[in-house]
Formats: sequence, structure tokens, C-alpha cells
Amino acid sequence: MSRAAFARNAWLVLAVLAVLFSLQFVLPDYQVLMATRMMLLAVFALGFNALLGYVGLLSLGHALFFACGLYASGLTVYHFGWGLPAAFVFAVGASAVLALLIGAVALRTIRVSFMIVTLMFAQVGALTVLYFAAWTNGQEGLSLPASARVADLGVATLDLTDALTRYNIAYGLLAASLLILLVYLGSARGRIATAVRDNEGRTEMLGFNVFAAKLEMFVLSGAMSGAAGAAYGLLFGYLGATFASFQYSIEPLLFTLLGGAGTLLGPLVGVLFMVGLIDKLSELTTAYLLVIGVVLIVLILWFPKGILGTVRERWLPWLM
Amino acid sequence: MADVTPLLVATGLKRHFGGLRAVDGVDFSLPAGEIRAIIGPNGAGKTTFVSLLSGRLEPSEGRVTFAGEDVTRLPAYRRVQRGIAYTFQITNIYLTKSVADNVRVAVESRARRERGVEFEAATLEALQAVGLEDRAETPAGELAYGHQRLLEVAMGLALRPKLLILDEPTQGLSDAEIRAFIALVRRIAETATVLLIEHNMDVVMALADRITVLARGQVLAEGTPAEIRANSEVQAAYLGTPC
Amino acid sequence: MGFGPYLLLATLEGLVQAAVLSITAAGLSLVFGVMRVVNVAHGEFVMLGAVIAWFTASLLTGHPAMGFAAALLVSPLLVGAVAFASERVVLRRLDYNPEATIVATIGLLYILQQTVLLVYGPDARPVDPPFYYTIRFPWFGYSAYKLFVIGAAIVIMGGIWFVLQKTRAGLVMRAAQYDRETAQAFGIPVDRVSAWVFALGAMLAAIAGVLVVPIQQAHYLMGADPLLLSFIVVIIGGLGSMSGTVLAAVLVGLSDGIISMMFSPTLAKMVSTLLVALVLVFRPNGLLGKAAR
Ligand SMILES: Nc1ncnc2c1ncn2[C@@H]1O[C@H](COP(=O)(O)OP(=O)(O)OP(=O)(O)O)[C@@H](O)[C@H]1O
Ligand SMILES: [Mg+2]
Repeated sequence: MSRAAFARNAWLVLAVLAVLFSLQFVLPDYQVLMATRMMLLAVFALGFNALLGYVGLLSLGHALFFACGLYASGLTVYHFGWGLPAAFVFAVGASAVLALLIGAVALRTIRVSFMIVTLMFAQVGALTVLYFAAWTNGQEGLSLPASARVADLGVATLDLTDALTRYNIAYGLLAASLLILLVYLGSARGRIATAVRDNEGRTEMLGFNVFAAKLEMFVLSGAMSGAAGAAYGLLFGYLGATFASFQYSIEPLLFTLLGGAGTLLGPLVGVLFMVGLIDKLSELTTAYLLVIGVVLIVLILWFPKGILGTVRERWLPWLM
Repeated sequence: MADVTPLLVATGLKRHFGGLRAVDGVDFSLPAGEIRAIIGPNGAGKTTFVSLLSGRLEPSEGRVTFAGEDVTRLPAYRRVQRGIAYTFQITNIYLTKSVADNVRVAVESRARRERGVEFEAATLEALQAVGLEDRAETPAGELAYGHQRLLEVAMGLALRPKLLILDEPTQGLSDAEIRAFIALVRRIAETATVLLIEHNMDVVMALADRITVLARGQVLAEGTPAEIRANSEVQAAYLGTPC
Repeated sequence: MGFGPYLLLATLEGLVQAAVLSITAAGLSLVFGVMRVVNVAHGEFVMLGAVIAWFTASLLTGHPAMGFAAALLVSPLLVGAVAFASERVVLRRLDYNPEATIVATIGLLYILQQTVLLVYGPDARPVDPPFYYTIRFPWFGYSAYKLFVIGAAIVIMGGIWFVLQKTRAGLVMRAAQYDRETAQAFGIPVDRVSAWVFALGAMLAAIAGVLVVPIQQAHYLMGADPLLLSFIVVIIGGLGSMSGTVLAAVLVGLSDGIISMMFSPTLAKMVSTLLVALVLVFRPNGLLGKAAR
């Protein structure tokens, strides 16, 4: 990618971040809450897309990392009374380590086997949450105590019952994730990652350790998903086994495919469309997950490049 | 040249696919600076043999040493880093990346090992060597087949290898392109050792210092072009098997 | 009850589980073997089979055996038709690209499951077994229906073996499984075979659904377990290998039945899933399968 193209992408990301920041001054209260959730799910999907979009690995088990972040932070707060910042940092670290372990094993497989192996590891994770019900309270889950609704940052304390505070924390996490990915993908390492995606054999025969490149992205992806899970648990104060379920592995896939796999802002766009739609439908019917199935099939049949992927193809070839 | 330690040595190299012995006990030695051609009928095991040298395949038995180091257990990418570059028999490039970006990936590989690599200069140099500098911004997938083969060679060159392995590089090229290609390999040979698998005997005779003939996974003969041309066994191997 | 009888009971339960599982997994394995499609919606076909069995049985008043027999006919046919249509409308258009088909079958999973939730509701509903008869062991009574399920599975697996090995249709399927391109070149309509195979795989799942519903009740979320267990079975048995599938089903069914009775079922599933994921990584051809070609 040329410098000019990178600069355009950087400006675009900054512009989107500016808009998101200013939204808090115009949105009504209940939409602030919704937007907070969306931004956290977008971080999750960004992590997922780092893997699918830029090294071409489709994981069907990313709920594992989301749930790892969620429980690693939530349980240390709930059972050991850790402060929220420490719990968050611990959770991101734990997710990265878990991703390193899972990646080291799962990346020995390719394509379909990789999808099944990741799916099965996530299933083990979901069962683990249920098995240790004494700690996690299983399906019913845990609500964090009122004492855990303030984050003590040393210089300031943040009140997490305040909607705008939560919004800005989620916003900060999203901004950080987008900028990390932007810089990573613009660097030589990003170029190698996409080279692996486009042609693994060629890249190896140009002298690159393909396995290491994939593992690196897997860890980044897992850590980002874990960060999203940790923030989700801490900001909303609830830990439940659903977050480890298959559905939470499929949602980032759905968001990413809709927004456009392999586009930096695609996951955010996908979340914007889907989360709103799912929420609306869930008010109408209990069978609202039907939409997941329909959208997945429509996308894969008729719109495989997704929204931003199509925009890139037709109009903006510089899009990253 | 005989007393120089060879750049590459293979001893007792074997590779089986199930019951099929694709490479069946090859001893091979390649001095630095030489252009060596490997010829042999289809299915002789040529691609398999060079894949064992480049590390794309693991040998069932035998050893490979490169520049005095035993590389038998090294994964392919490590061997590339040590200076073995390989161009695929079936064109293998980044179809969606631009021609220049294809080469840049190779330059990046070199930049990780060497200091002070001038990125754009090195990219341009490799493109100029094969005459693709005008097409730098074209997506590689849109190139004509002959140009894609040249792009492969450019990527190999951009690695600045000690040994460049070319697997049937002239397949599908026009006569004019082949003439240009012969000149290109001569230039490459000024700085690198070249191992060339080739079916086109004109190319072989024009370029090779020595020729190794493989048949049924074994070395049938080895010698100068003149010696090989005169070898009746070689002629029998070629005439006796459908080509 | 002493340890011996307890073990006998666990073994019987395990065999019933193995029986149902081998039918389900055979369907998954067939579809993977011939079409190279990993059907994540396979468990939903089991569920759909069970739910349709409930509808059929509740429409037919009279002796429960009548309803059951009708379900055994209607359910696989309807489910097979649904599968056939999905194959034509969706999978074929994806050219059987492995990643795309998996994503599509995930979509199918949600569509089937949520449609059933809409139509049938969230309740679990029982279907009467065709007969109530309890075999009296000295230590406990055991439902004869469950033994019937074991027998039925043996018959069905025998039928699959017969079709695959002794009929022209089986020959065509095996040819397509062995080498798609060559089969195509020899004039076998691989494309049409795929639709039939996908339907056949789903019908096997539906039969398994009908067989379990008197034991387990029909519920819209009941597809998850058969899916996971069939995956486990097919992976241990070697993807696409039919004899491996049967052996693995017995192994998994028995050990799951026994371990679940002695320890926690969740723990049993956790450990077996983990082990199987590792099998897929380190022994991709299954524990019983041949080495890579
Ligand atoms: N991965 C593989 N699995 C099984 N058999 C293989 C494999 N690769 C090569 N073979 C077989 O090994 C033998 C040697 O193949 P190889 O490609 O090395 O021949 P070659 O001399 O390069 O032929 P050509 O001139 O056609 O390129 C052939 O019979 C081929 O079918
Ligand atoms: Mg060859």
C-alpha cells in the first residue's frame, strides 16, 4: 500500500472516530446504551476480522476469547474483589495467553479442520463455564456487586452506573483497537499477513515463517476479542454462560461478513446494521435469531464481499 | 572449480509417496557459480527432487547440505533465508496484488535479514532485470502468462539468493521471450548459482555448464552438454518413455 | 443396586445412545464423504425429525404404534425434501466451496431451529412409544422400546452398508466419494448425486430423531447434542469412513453412557470434546483411519 492510500485510510478512521465521539451529545439515553453495546461488539468483530480478513482464517470459536475476557475479569472482581482496571488488564493478558495456546494447536490444521477445531475448543469453553457452576453460577450467571460499579484509576474514579461514562470507555476501547489495527496493517507485518492470506505457499517460499505470522494474528485477534468481553462484563456488570455459546461465535462472523471481511471498518458497519435489527426483532418475536440464518445465507449467496468490500471493489480501491 | 567446496550437496536423497519412489537415492553436488540443468522425462522426479532441496517436501531418507551447513531438517522458509530461492513449476504469485507489491514481499524478506535494503530501489531493480518495470502497478492476475513467469523470477531475484532454482521457467513462453530469458539467466548467473529444470533442449544447451539427467527418481547421467548429447543411455531414456 | 447391575444398566443406556448416534453420524459422514460438505445443520435435521414425529403422532389418534409408524415414514420424507431443496437452492450455488458451505449450513441451522420455535413453540413434548413393555431383569426393569431402538439401528446400518456396497446407487456414491473429477468424467452426474446424498444424510438424521423422541421428547434446541456427538464420532472414525463411524459410535456411545452415569455428564462431554479436537489436529484421519494418502 502506498503512503497516500494509508493516509486516506487513517483520515477515514479518524473521521469515523470523531463522529462516534460526538454522537454522545445528540443521542437520547436509551440509544447511548445501545451504542455502547455496539461499540464493544464492534471491538469483538474487529478482533475476529483481523483473523478472517487479513490472514484468511475463519474461526468458528471466537466466543471462547470473548468469554475468557468476560470471566477472567468478572470472576476476579466478583470472587477476589480486584479493582476493575487490574481485572481488565489481567483479562486481556489471559485471553492472549489462551489464544497463544489454542492457536499453537489449531493452526496446525487448515480450512475446514481449522473451523471445526476452533468450534470444538469453544464448545469445551462453554462446557467449562457450566461445569464450574460453583464459580460462575452456570447458565443463570452472576451480577457484579455495587462495589464493582466504580473503577478506581488512581487519578480519578469512574462511575459505571453513568451511561456516558460507559459510552466513553467503550469508545476508548474501540478507538484503540481501530488504531492498533490501522498501524499493524500499514506496517510490514501487515503486508506479510495479507501475503499469507493471498498465497500461503508462495509466502513461505519467500522466506517467511507462515505459522508464526498466523499465530501472531491469532493472538492479536484473541486478545482484542477478550478485551471486548472483559469490557462488556465490567461495564454492564453481568456474566452469563450465553456469552460462551455458539451464538457468540457466529455473531462476529455475521457482523464481519455483512460489513465486509478484510475491510478495517467493515465489522463496525456490520454491527451497526445487525445489532439494531436483532434488537428490533427481539421485541417482536422470540424467534428473532431467524434473522441470523437468513442474513448469513443471503450474504454468502449474493453478497459475499459485504458492504465495504463492495464499496472497495466498485468505488474506493484504496480502502484498507 | 573442482577444488571449491560445493554450494549444495545431496546425499542418498529419497522421497516415497506411498509405494511410488519419486526420488530414489540421489547423490548430487553443485559447485558455486555454476548453471546446472536437470532434465528427464515427465514424472522422472525432477520437481520432487528440487522440492527436497528447497524444503517444500521432507525427504524419506538422505541429507542436504547448503553452504557447508546441514539443512535437511530446516523448514523451507529457513532455507530461503539462507539463500535458496525457488520458483514454482506452476505459476504461483499473488494474483490480486500489483506486480510491484508482489516483488515488495520478496524485498521485505530480504530486508529482514540484511541491513540497509533500499526498498523501492530493490523492487525496481528486480522488475527491470526481467523487463516488467512498465507493468509495476498492474494487478499480477492480469498479466499474460509469460509475464507471470517472469514475475516469479523477479521475486526470486529480489531475494538475492545464493542459489536460484527454476522449475521449467520457459514453459509457455514465446520464442522471443525465451531468447530474452536466456540472456536473463546468464546475467543472474554472474551473482548466483542457478539450478534449472528444463524440457526445452535448446535452452539447456545454451545455458548449462553441466547437465544432470534424472529418470525414475535416479541419476541416469551427469556431464557437460556435449557429454550428455553423446550419451546413448540418455537417448534411450528419452525415446523409451512417452514425453 | 450393586456395581454389576449398575454397570449393566449403564452399558444398555450406552448402547441405546450408540444406536441413535451411529445413524445420525452415518448421515453426517455420508454427506462429508461424498460431497466434502461439513453440515453444521445436521443436528437440526434430527430435531426436525423429532418435531415432525410429534405432529404426526398428535394428528393420528388411535394406537400409539400407528402414529409412530406413520412418523417413521413421514418424518424422513419431509426432512429429506427440506434438505434436497436446501441443497439445490443454496449449497449447489456455492460450488461446494468448503468455507462457504459451512457458513451456509450455519445459516440453515438458525433458519430451521428458529422456524420450529415459531411454529412449534419452546416446549418439550413427548411422543408415546409404539409399545409399552418392560423387560424384567432381576435388579431393574428396562424398557423394551429401547432395545427395539438398538435393533432398528442394526437393521438401518445394515441397510446403509447394503446400499453402498451392493447397489448401483451405492457404486455411484462411492465413485463420487473417491474422486469427484474422475467420476464426472465417467458420466456420473455428480451434481445430482450431491442433492440425493444430502437428502439421504438428512433422512438418516430424521430417522434418528423419530427413534429418540419417545425416550427424550421433542424440543427445538435438541439438535445441539447430536451435532456435537456426531462430529466426535465422525472425527474419531475418520471423516467419510463408514465402518469407522459405526465403531466410533459404539465407542463414544458406550463411554459417554458409562462416564455420564458415573461422573458428571458435562465433564464427560468436556473431556471428550477436547480429546477429539486434539485427535483432529494430530490424527486427522481418525484413530482407526488409514494414514494420509
Ligand atoms: N504429492 C505427491 N503425492 C503423490 N505422488 C506424487 C506427488 N508429487 C509427485 N508425485 C509423483 O511422483 C512422480 C514424480 O513427480 P515429479 O513432479 O517430481 O516429476 P517431474 O520430473 O517434475 O515431472 P514433470 O516433468 O512432469 O514436471 C510422479 O509419478 C508424480 O505423480
Ligand atoms: Mg515437474
